[in-house]
Amino acid sequence: MKIRANLLIGGVLFATVILAGILAPLLAHTDPVMDANLMFAEEPPGGEFWFGTDAQGRDIYSRVLYGARISLTVGIVSQLINTVIGVCLGLSAGYWGGWWDDFVNGLTNLMLAIPSLIFALAIMAILTPGLTSLLIALGLTNWSFTCRLARASALSLKSQGYVQAAKVLGYGDIRIMLTQLLPNMLGPIIVIGTLGMGGAVLAEASLSFLGLGIRPPFPSWGSMLSDARDQITTAPWISVFPGLAIFMTVLGLNLLGDGLRDILDPQSRTRRA
Amino acid sequence: MNETHGDTIMRVENLAVHFPMGGGLFGGQRRWLHAVDGVDLELKRGECLGLVGESGCGKSTLALSLLGLQAPTRGRIILDGHDVSGSAGKDRKDRARFAQMVFQDPYSSLNPRQTVRTTLEAPLRLHGVTSRSEIDDRIADVLKHVGLRTDQAERFPHEFSGGQRQRIGIARALILRPKIIILDEPVSALDVSIRAQIINLLLELKETLGLSYVMISHDLGVVEHMSDRVAVMYLGRIVETGGWETIFTNPQHPYTRALIAAIPDPFSRTTGVKITGEIPNPLNPPTGCGFHPRCPEARDICRIPPAPLLEAIAEDHLVRCRRVGEFA
Repeated sequence: MKIRANLLIGGVLFATVILAGILAPLLAHTDPVMDANLMFAEEPPGGEFWFGTDAQGRDIYSRVLYGARISLTVGIVSQLINTVIGVCLGLSAGYWGGWWDDFVNGLTNLMLAIPSLIFALAIMAILTPGLTSLLIALGLTNWSFTCRLARASALSLKSQGYVQAAKVLGYGDIRIMLTQLLPNMLGPIIVIGTLGMGGAVLAEASLSFLGLGIRPPFPSWGSMLSDARDQITTAPWISVFPGLAIFMTVLGLNLLGDGLRDILDPQSRTRRA
Repeated sequence: MNETHGDTIMRVENLAVHFPMGGGLFGGQRRWLHAVDGVDLELKRGECLGLVGESGCGKSTLALSLLGLQAPTRGRIILDGHDVSGSAGKDRKDRARFAQMVFQDPYSSLNPRQTVRTTLEAPLRLHGVTSRSEIDDRIADVLKHVGLRTDQAERFPHEFSGGQRQRIGIARALILRPKIIILDEPVSALDVSIRAQIINLLLELKETLGLSYVMISHDLGVVEHMSDRVAVMYLGRIVETGGWETIFTNPQHPYTRALIAAIPDPFSRTTGVKITGEIPNPLNPPTGCGFHPRCPEARDICRIPPAPLLEAIAEDHLVRCRRVGEFA
């Protein structure tokens, strides 16, 4: 099979970020939180500090590496929560129909009508800022696209002969959904999930930028950007490197999602007819 | 009440399936679509009953209610002496072991993500067969019956041709060892060259496994070849039923006559009466005989309600037509 450029580049970018996050303790030069040294505040990028230092004299290179952990945790975990919620609701709504479908549709429309970032902001304002709250806030607010997709797939798949056959064989509803419908709709859902991960990374950065995400001493790309606001003209490297990290991660995830769509989309696959 | 007839495996009495249309939340009169409207059928052990009719006449709905997937509005279904008209639920598994179905389209009827083995193994496990060796034996056995090799079980559906896929579909229907199989247009989606193979396979399986078939079809050639008895359906009702020879050599209802006359016959000089138009809207069926708007023999008497009754004109030959006595 031809190797697709978007899949390759996206995969490499995403893998780089994952490796950076996992190997952060080995790759980092200093502790991202504790090693503040005002003697070296706002050092430009150079030999000792590859990405320079921030206003507190912390090594930006080390902080960007540790920031990958936060971003990836938030991106992956919150998107997993979204996918599970969306698939459960959408699949059951499409398969069962009736009042449950109406209810789920109403809920989905409600979620789509409220900007998800504003909704996450409201949840974060209620909960105490921190990683867990961030996962909850972003995991509960972004499932509507997955839900729509799962519902539409379930609607079209449930009239397939093999679903009828499973009913005739005495399968229960849950078993039909899990063994007959779900495996056949997984491709597009993985694609939406991957694309959504990029969105979640951005949302985390936005929330942290606004001070409602990860609490300040811990390195999150969003809060690093927020801290760097005042020095953007005098020490641009403080904001450039976390920004680049966000850019690379989101770009990687989007390319990866596009590449997966090309592979997994049943319409692009050749079928023997 | 003793329902067991020695050789009757399934009996359907006055079965009706009505679907509600419209009405509901914003008022409007709720109307009922009479998809199946009082069907009586009898299937004998080891027999193939051909169910004939054009699309929209209620064949598929009838099949679904025979399989317990569509609760009947009224009427009874008696399987092997047991009244099973009560709806789904716990006895759905019992029903599954009694009656199975072969689908029309061999492409959409197999899950593309399951190997043949999974397709056959999952139902066995669901129905309480757990021992590895028994599962293997039964899968090998059923594959042999439908003419596939055991090593082909590890493949996915897309690796098979249409005819082979239909064999897999038949294997799936056989895996629970049912007594009745409902064949929904079993060969109409297949290449003509494959049809004969599948028809012969089905006939052979009927003999060796002692199966009874209900075959839904509008291909009268296939029906003539396979059926022992034929029931002709129009607008949710049986309009004529009898042995296949009776139906094909001495059809009485004008609809059956038209259907038979429409079979292409290279040796026939006469062209039969053609029927035109389409099946009426079952939401608003014609009064009296449902066929009168299209019937070449229709007279005023045909338009008077109620619908004519299904009456015996000979042994094992029933016709639903008021004017049947007048036809020569």
